[in-house]
Amino acid sequence: MSASPSYTARLAIDGMRCAGCVAAVERALRAVPGVLEASVNFADRSAQVSGDAAVGALIAAVGAAGCQAREIVDEAALEAEQEAAEAAHYRTLLRKSWFALAVAVPALAFGFPAMLGLAMPHWAMQWGSPLLAVLTLAVILYSGPQFFVGAWKSLRNHAATMDTLIALGMAAAWGYSFAVTVAPQWFPAGTAEPFWDVIAVIIGLVVLGQALEMRARGRTSQAIRRLLGLKPRTARVLREGREIDVPLAAVRVGDILRARPGEQIAVDGEVVEGHSGVDESMLTGEPLPVEKQAGAAVTGGTLNRTGTLLYRATRVGSDTALSRIVALVRQAQGSKPAIGRLVDKVASWFVPAALIIAVAAFVVWFNFGPAPRLNHAMVAAVTVLVIACPCALGLATPMSVMVGVGKAAEHGILIRNGDALQQAGRLTTVVLDKTGTVTLGKPAVTAVAAAPGWEEDAVLRLAASLEAASEHPLAEAVLAAARARGLVTEPVSDFAATPGHGVDGMADGRHLRLGNRKFMDDHGIDCHPLAGHAAAFAAQAATPVFLAVDGRLAGLLAVEDPLKPEARAAIARLQALGLKIALLTGDHAATAQAVAERVGIATVYAEVLPQDKDDIVMQLMHQGERVGMVGDGINDAIALSRADVGFAIGTGTDVAIESADITLMSGSLHGVANAIAISRATVRNIKQNLFGAFIYNTLGIPIAAGVLYPFTGLLLNPMIAGAAMAMSSVTVVSNAGRLHRFRP
Amino acid sequence: MTELLVSLAGLLAIAAIVWWFWLSAPAAVRVAGSRAVEIRVADGAYQPAVIAVPAGRPLVLRFVRRDATPCAETVVFSGLGIQAELPLDRPFDVSLPALPAGTHEFTCQMGMYRGKVIAQ
Repeated sequence: MSASPSYTARLAIDGMRCAGCVAAVERALRAVPGVLEASVNFADRSAQVSGDAAVGALIAAVGAAGCQAREIVDEAALEAEQEAAEAAHYRTLLRKSWFALAVAVPALAFGFPAMLGLAMPHWAMQWGSPLLAVLTLAVILYSGPQFFVGAWKSLRNHAATMDTLIALGMAAAWGYSFAVTVAPQWFPAGTAEPFWDVIAVIIGLVVLGQALEMRARGRTSQAIRRLLGLKPRTARVLREGREIDVPLAAVRVGDILRARPGEQIAVDGEVVEGHSGVDESMLTGEPLPVEKQAGAAVTGGTLNRTGTLLYRATRVGSDTALSRIVALVRQAQGSKPAIGRLVDKVASWFVPAALIIAVAAFVVWFNFGPAPRLNHAMVAAVTVLVIACPCALGLATPMSVMVGVGKAAEHGILIRNGDALQQAGRLTTVVLDKTGTVTLGKPAVTAVAAAPGWEEDAVLRLAASLEAASEHPLAEAVLAAARARGLVTEPVSDFAATPGHGVDGMADGRHLRLGNRKFMDDHGIDCHPLAGHAAAFAAQAATPVFLAVDGRLAGLLAVEDPLKPEARAAIARLQALGLKIALLTGDHAATAQAVAERVGIATVYAEVLPQDKDDIVMQLMHQGERVGMVGDGINDAIALSRADVGFAIGTGTDVAIESADITLMSGSLHGVANAIAISRATVRNIKQNLFGAFIYNTLGIPIAAGVLYPFTGLLLNPMIAGAAMAMSSVTVVSNAGRLHRFRP
Repeated sequence: MTELLVSLAGLLAIAAIVWWFWLSAPAAVRVAGSRAVEIRVADGAYQPAVIAVPAGRPLVLRFVRRDATPCAETVVFSGLGIQAELPLDRPFDVSLPALPAGTHEFTCQMGMYRGKVIAQ
């Protein structure tokens, strides 16, 4: 192995407090094997390291020196660099292709008179073939050396690739043509026909195919480019009372940043001052700007619209939501669903098998073929080599996955991997968690009923006293209702929560118990005095919450969580996709039923404790259903991971994007239907590609070998094989590109 | 006579193909230290393509892609669930966890570039 070249890595270093730290970090970096030079800049807290050490080792060394390091990568600049390199490569391929095709014109003209049975002028007979030998050698050396270098290198690795096929085919064609040109007397009569046109046409078309494929592929990864484009290059930071523009990599957690109207939010943070509408559509797909004021979370890459915001950086660098989304989309785009894995196995034996078929075709044609046998044998062997490229097969799955995952990201849907993408389209049942999924997850107290001897305000005040100590989503609703009526809560002691049931504690010397009907029944509290009210509340889709004081019923609160405005339409879309829908909730059965009726769901699993939610999913899976579970990922995390596909539905970009198979950034239920529709379209696209590629290879190779000849007299022209081979990859990439136009 | 010779040559060629591509393997590059192993991605091949490492020790593979063709842009360790997009003309480190003894293949997306890490 040759000596490793040297590279430069840039690191952002946190935790340096003095010049002593600088020296310690430099020393630690220089001690890493492979580091040639390391210099630390205290002013912008960065280090520049040259050598060939792994970045991971550098980061570990800085960590051991008591500081923290991360690599500074300007991904947008890197991406632009890659794009420029690819564009240059595309132009080179085009030039190579045009040269080969230009040589193909006289080469084809040279072959025509013989093909039509006409006599060739004497000078053409004498000079034409040697001249074409030189020109086609120039084609091989200028337009096609990569095939020969690649073939040689993979041969040394005991591997065979597309380069092997083209190089062997072209070498055989050129060698044969050269031999018939310089020593035609060695060949039987009628077989001394050169293949100059074949060499020029095939190399020209194959290289043109590579150029077209490259251009089409460039478009398939535009989702990543769009996401990277959201990252601003600089950020406006307030330091020592002044506002300065600093590179994004120099922003630290805790920095205060300013975003003026029309400017992008640079990193994830929390608003400390100001009020503005922020457009988050680029990440969530939701078109309406979100109002932000002090305390609200903002996300890097989103667009500040109307006012000026001051915000404190909470996550920077690779920790920001945008960076994690980019990483996830990239990861998913590179992953293969189960449907594509068979192809990998095929690819490893495909090319050697094609080589064997080419040799066998040559031998069979030579021994049993009609005259001119040698010529026919050469044509069959070269055509098999040229047509047998498995590129289309290899590209079929990754191209579609790349576009499908990117398309989903455009709609605020993050798909974890290829398997999730494939599974989503095969679901038969979708289980929706109620709170936060079908409803907004912002409950409010809509009515209070008092038991005989109690007043509504007293009931609400005691309930609020107890809920002040609770973290349950309902607690906020009860406290807000009490505040709205100007009620003052009592301090609570001995507070205890029974998940899925209720809470209890002591206030004002009395024992309070607040919870659902089961909670009351379990503790022998008679709820009959308010049973009528409870039924009426539940019928209106509100949750009845009972309050007992010292073991006797005191009152009843109706807590209602409003439905998401799009819930009914989105569920109707899912049903139109042929899916069975079930509602799953810990809520009271009558309330759950009322919610289900409003949104058009027939199957309801109510009063299910958080820990039992995954049992329902498992039951459905045992019944043969392929289950998608949609929840907020908080109290249904196990059910999400148990389901065939777990959908985490977020509000905004604060959702834990690594937690589910599919993350819906917008919080809209339409995201589930969109994800399933995109999945189905992508899998359909993969199947079309695989079908086309399999048909191409399974029909193309035998036809090239000449199996049709005994029946039809047809032997495929190697130039047609070259065109077919070039178009097979272009067709697959273009078909994947059609997914861009898909509208879920 | 010519037919017999061509048939024999054909059979020999087929035997050579089977032996070279399926029955024999290239020599492995042995790695003992903790430095990153550099793998050049160019001209249709990984170089070196076979790397022998001690089992049970994490490993960093430093890919340097010198090939602008799209085929070379992604490296996939399908058995380990790891994949990475390789930038052009820049080193890119892929960290592998401590590998159990055995052969761990890596390929490009289309399975044309092929390499393996043999953990012993």
